Amino acid sequence: MSERLRDWTKGEAAIVYQSCGGCGKVQYFRRGFCAACGAPDPVEKCASGAGTVYATSLVCRAATPETRAHVPYNIVLVDTAEGFRMMAHGDNDLAIGDKVIARYQQFAGRLVPYFAKAK
Amino acid sequence: MTMLAHHLVDAGVAKHVLVVGGENRLTGQSRDASIQALAQVGHPDYEVPLGPTIPAYYGLVASRYMHEYGVTEEDLAEFAVLMRKHALTHPGAQFHDPITVADVMASKPVAMPLKLLDCCPVSDGGAAFVISREATSEAGVRIRGCGQAHTHQHVTAAPALSELGAEIAIAKAKTVSGVAISDVRYAAVYDSFTITLAMLLEDLGLARRGEAAARVRSGHFGRDGDMPLNTHGGLLSYGHCGVGGAMAHLVETHLQMTGRAGNRQVRDASIALLHGDGGVLSSHVSMFLERVR
Repeated sequence: MSERLRDWTKGEAAIVYQSCGGCGKVQYFRRGFCAACGAPDPVEKCASGAGTVYATSLVCRAATPETRAHVPYNIVLVDTAEGFRMMAHGDNDLAIGDKVIARYQQFAGRLVPYFAKAK
Repeated sequence: MTMLAHHLVDAGVAKHVLVVGGENRLTGQSRDASIQALAQVGHPDYEVPLGPTIPAYYGLVASRYMHEYGVTEEDLAEFAVLMRKHALTHPGAQFHDPITVADVMASKPVAMPLKLLDCCPVSDGGAAFVISREATSEAGVRIRGCGQAHTHQHVTAAPALSELGAEIAIAKAKTVSGVAISDVRYAAVYDSFTITLAMLLEDLGLARRGEAAARVRSGHFGRDGDMPLNTHGGLLSYGHCGVGGAMAHLVETHLQMTGRAGNRQVRDASIALLHGDGGVLSSHVSMFLERVR
């Protein structure tokens, strides 16, 4: 298993993905193997934070007191420059196709990736 | 569950299978608890910490589908109006007040582009049936064939809209049953949200891409139309109690196929298509049924 990089799911201001040494495919959800070809030990890499908006949904009805305090918040799917898709937060006025760049902010007691339009 | 029961009975492993589903999601827990519990289908590390809800997962899919195929929020609203119209004629439906497209558009935002009336309710309910080789009544309905497909678990990992499991499942079901969409006289299609129904109708070939709403407007999916759809009101207006909610589609299909649907009875339901979806468009089952006596 290659070195485990810390990312936002561990409280670090970073987006980490995995790249397969065998077939070259990239994946976002951390696994001990490549989901495309099955090769073990994909290499962990830090993403640039650049991407393009694939889909958006502005959440106006949340289910817990912690998340309700943030309503409305925009859940986005972003296709990253590195080639994987990820879920994150973003500016409420983001549209599909917008070029975006990630920063990080607090949400319900955790650090989460937050995308705004790239300058 | 029904597909598994069918295979077990078909293979002779079991003579009869009782399929039962029932939950009290509405009165057994708070709405918040239901919404929160359901949201846990998301990825525990990469999705759930972001505070998404089931409507948000489907809201994401809806935004993309609308973008790619030119579908509007008013188009989606048509499905809510149709399901409510059908529920008006079912005494067991959760909702009996008629609604309009304007009502759907003006309903509270939940997870845009989905508003309250684009979403199925949290419901109490249940359904049951018996799958058997032997005749259980004078009327007989046979499962002609079914297929399933599972492409992903989490919406982040979903394939492109043109490669979702519904198209794979229906292709398999057509192959094993020899039934074509043009043979189908009644459709029972999973409708957790208006976008779910719009997409599935188009994935299954019951309407062309981006044209399902126009078919609703023309009456195609009404009780007296060419392809009556979810005549009990579907998950959107009959109600969604979980597993039993989707099973209600099959119960209604059986009533229609055996001429027992009362004031909801359609002219001809001799061959029916049932389609269910689980997760976030993750798991799909298509099934063709035929009245045989």
